Amino acid sequence: MDFGPYLLLATLEGAVGAAVLALTALGLSLVFGVMRIVNVAHGAFFMLGAIVAWWVADTLAAGPALNFLAALVISPLAVGAVAVLAERLVLRRLNYNPESTIVATIGLLYVIEQVALMTYGPDARPVVAPLDFRVQLPWFGYSGYKLLVIGASIVVMLAVWWGLTRTRIGLMMRATQFDSETARAFAIPVDRVYGGVFAFGAMLAAIGAVLVVPIQQAHYLMGNDPLLLSFIVVIIGGLGSLRGTVLAAVIIGLSDGIISVFFSPTLAKIIATLIVAMILVIRPKGLFGTQSA
Amino acid sequence: MVESVKPNRKKQISGVSRRKALAGLGGAAAGATVSGVLPGFVRYAQAQTSAPIKIGFQVHRTGIGAAYGRWYDRTTRAAAQLINESGGINGRPIEIIAEDDGTDPKRGAEVVEKFATQHGADVAFGTLFSHVVIGSAPRAGELKIPYFVVSEGHHVASGILNRYTLQPGITDVKSQVQSMAPWVASNLGKKVTMIYPDFAFGHDHRDYFSAAMAAQGGEVIGKIAIPPTESSFFKYFPKIPRGTEVLYHVMVGPGVLTFVKEMGEFFGSKRPEIFGFIDSLEAVSINSPGLEFLEGSYFWEANPRYAQAKSSKFDAFYRAKVGVDETGASVDDPKDIATYSHMFGCWETLHTIKQGMEAAGYRGPGDRAKLIEAVEAIDNMEESQAHPQGAKIFNGKTHQVFGHQFISKVGGGKLNVVHKTSIEDGFYKDEVDYTSQPL
Amino acid sequence: MRSRWVNKATALHLGVIAVLFALQFVLPDYHHVNLARVMVLASFAMGYNIAFGYTGLLSLGHAMFFAAGLYAAGLMALFAGVGAGGGLLLGVIAGLVVAAAVGCLALRTTGVSFMIVTLMFAQAAFLATFYFGEYTRGDEGFVIPSNLRSLFGLSLVEPTTRYFVALTLFSLCMAVSFAIARSSMGRVLAAIRENEERTRMLGYNVFLYKLVALVISGAISGAVGAAYGMLFGYVGATFASIQYSILPLLWVLMGGAATVLGPFVGTLLMFYLVDISSGFTSANMLIVGLALIGLILFFPKGILGTLRERAAPWLP
Repeated sequence: MDFGPYLLLATLEGAVGAAVLALTALGLSLVFGVMRIVNVAHGAFFMLGAIVAWWVADTLAAGPALNFLAALVISPLAVGAVAVLAERLVLRRLNYNPESTIVATIGLLYVIEQVALMTYGPDARPVVAPLDFRVQLPWFGYSGYKLLVIGASIVVMLAVWWGLTRTRIGLMMRATQFDSETARAFAIPVDRVYGGVFAFGAMLAAIGAVLVVPIQQAHYLMGNDPLLLSFIVVIIGGLGSLRGTVLAAVIIGLSDGIISVFFSPTLAKIIATLIVAMILVIRPKGLFGTQSA
Repeated sequence: MVESVKPNRKKQISGVSRRKALAGLGGAAAGATVSGVLPGFVRYAQAQTSAPIKIGFQVHRTGIGAAYGRWYDRTTRAAAQLINESGGINGRPIEIIAEDDGTDPKRGAEVVEKFATQHGADVAFGTLFSHVVIGSAPRAGELKIPYFVVSEGHHVASGILNRYTLQPGITDVKSQVQSMAPWVASNLGKKVTMIYPDFAFGHDHRDYFSAAMAAQGGEVIGKIAIPPTESSFFKYFPKIPRGTEVLYHVMVGPGVLTFVKEMGEFFGSKRPEIFGFIDSLEAVSINSPGLEFLEGSYFWEANPRYAQAKSSKFDAFYRAKVGVDETGASVDDPKDIATYSHMFGCWETLHTIKQGMEAAGYRGPGDRAKLIEAVEAIDNMEESQAHPQGAKIFNGKTHQVFGHQFISKVGGGKLNVVHKTSIEDGFYKDEVDYTSQPL
Repeated sequence: MRSRWVNKATALHLGVIAVLFALQFVLPDYHHVNLARVMVLASFAMGYNIAFGYTGLLSLGHAMFFAAGLYAAGLMALFAGVGAGGGLLLGVIAGLVVAAAVGCLALRTTGVSFMIVTLMFAQAAFLATFYFGEYTRGDEGFVIPSNLRSLFGLSLVEPTTRYFVALTLFSLCMAVSFAIARSSMGRVLAAIRENEERTRMLGYNVFLYKLVALVISGAISGAVGAAYGMLFGYVGATFASIQYSILPLLWVLMGGAATVLGPFVGTLLMFYLVDISSGFTSANMLIVGLALIGLILFFPKGILGTLRERAAPWLP
């Protein structure tokens, strides 16, 4: 394939990766930014979102579009409920201590993965995309659904941005993130904000997963890579900066796609990984970091 | 472990001897003295003749191999039940002691140790993933417990393992790959591009197929190794060189369906011939949404997933016993697709263990060396109830078995066999003689 | 008062080594080899603890240091016929060099940024084991020829030798941890962990102290990697994966960060949690997960950390 079209293809692929990554990372960024805890189970919530989506589609069997829309509603709610439960039963009792939380969320990750394995099984299963068309470009064909994913991700991110900056709940979240002690003094129910943020973060991961499941398949180990990538994106972007998180997702997604054009695949991954590490070495607080980590 | 048989723990088998040694030595011995006096593996008294023969089954219940592990488990239990119903081994029933290895080489080694020293298992058996085999085999050799793997890796025959590790139930990848080349070159095309995971397993495909194609006057013009952490593949397809006549794919792991789907999106209707290893779609229905474009493409199969008109009565018997229907799905759940091209290895290996133990007059762990020699002495395996996949030839020197391979074409939502290789197509020069190693 | 505590602590640690020495004569074969393995892995955790527990450097890259030692010893054995003694030395050097190089770059960052930078370097190292598959055999890995696995003429294939080597390694790592915890350097490290800015204001070269701690930690991890390969005969990419960066963190947190014996307690506990649960149920990870959550609810600072806080303030 000629260089131009190849680059276009790699850029498109990178954009799809960035779109899903941005959503997943946005969820983690909120949890990390507001609660200051490393939630190792974030990838497990992502995986759970995908599995619930498959389950909804399989049970409902009402045609691809309806199945998908139902999954888009039910899956985040179900995952949010699990997150609330985990927050109430475990994290709150640990007082959100960063170190104990790592152990507890590793435990949670094991539990969720094993339950998924026992109920859903070890297979990778697809959900049919809600729309079935292939965009035939002069050089190659491209999945129309993947383009839809990019659009949907932008819509969700705009909604989150609106919610954070224009609503009362968003204000409370930002206040808690800025200084939880002062927020408490101003009668903001910090505990409930924490619970809400934790659930909302998990729900964003689930939305990302529902979007991805017609492209990849639901599998009980699928959460590990999104977890690592989300963490990377959140830190590169700069802790507490949503703008930074989104930009970092775009940079990482696109660089992964574009670097693959020039090198053999595994070497491209190594180079992309090292470049991202060096960004942080040069700018230790991330691209838009205002808070010290 | 709802359905598994609970082992009788043989506790502290050798603790006694160590305590005795302690008394003798006064506990003050230096390392060298102690290691001379206290061998790690202590042979214990022969079990009574009616006690079951214990087969430690290293199973991938969790981790990346879980989809295979589940079917390895079902096949193993079916074979064990059959053997027990027909009188066991030397009149003794067999007991399967299954334990999860997490598809992890470190845990795999620990599980083999547990079989040998905790459960008092007679043999260890059943591992699929190559890294678990290679991680566990040194420990099996040191503990001198026969280790029967069902992995299709070339590790056994390559000579890097040891005399206690054998693969008598499934052909290795070198042989499989090599036997495909003549048919591919003469029926599909001579210019091949290969897409494979950047794993050792993928490299085996690359190296052995390239060599075999060259011998047929063909050429591998593109080699695309996919990194292990990848979950989307589309961006790699432009690397397929122009002039590719055949696309050869072999992928493993949960991303395989994505891979095949994206390949379809990329090519649309203008595609080269496609030849894949069924590993890309084991445990996945070929009628899954997104796989329509595979119609008319070809797959290697070790054992045809769809029952064929020419299938033997042994295959039908085996399907019925394991609980697999004519389409390769579980009889209980048509969405639960078997790993049909691999799991027969468990069935056949258990029967080979039986044959070896009976030939050796096996009575207990003291006869393990005799068992190894008896299995090494096996050569021809007839197509039979014990070997439903077909006839095989076992090479006692390399500890590797060789069998027929199949090439199937996707048509009408089924896999239809179009070619069956001869056993000799897969032969290659011996790379090791394990029989020269001490037992 | 203080010196009595020191004596009490010294006695406890010597006692632990004595008990471990004695246990080899009474343990059945299976637990004998398990304990050897746990001691080796606990040494890895103790190395990790020097960076994480004592200095507050939350690294997610220690698999890279472990793998540096493992591959240095393994590849040199495979291609140059280097035995266990040379392999262990190479392991220490490899761990040390890699930690120094990574440290010079990564220690420009702090906190979670440090965590991510170490993670990324380790991920690149993990991928490199695949990229150089021609030599490493990638995921499959390779077996170290058993004739090279001997130290001072003693075969490491023998269970008793293996146990002695494991115990020696463990004792050495414990001595290093103990010495650091008790030294003035240890107090500076703790000061950095508690308040880096203030320590800098007091005139300490914080970067250098952190680098030294990371290099010691990396060298121990490299030594353990080499020892693991030599004792159990296998080298593979799994040991370079993120899992082996998270495990020492988990072991240390379970046992108690910044306690000398915590890493051992955590490693032992996790080993038998997995081993026992997978013996009676196929839902073993469920049991392990619930146990982790339950334990951390009762012992939020890890077992020995919580014990120190509540009952035994003299624990180092």
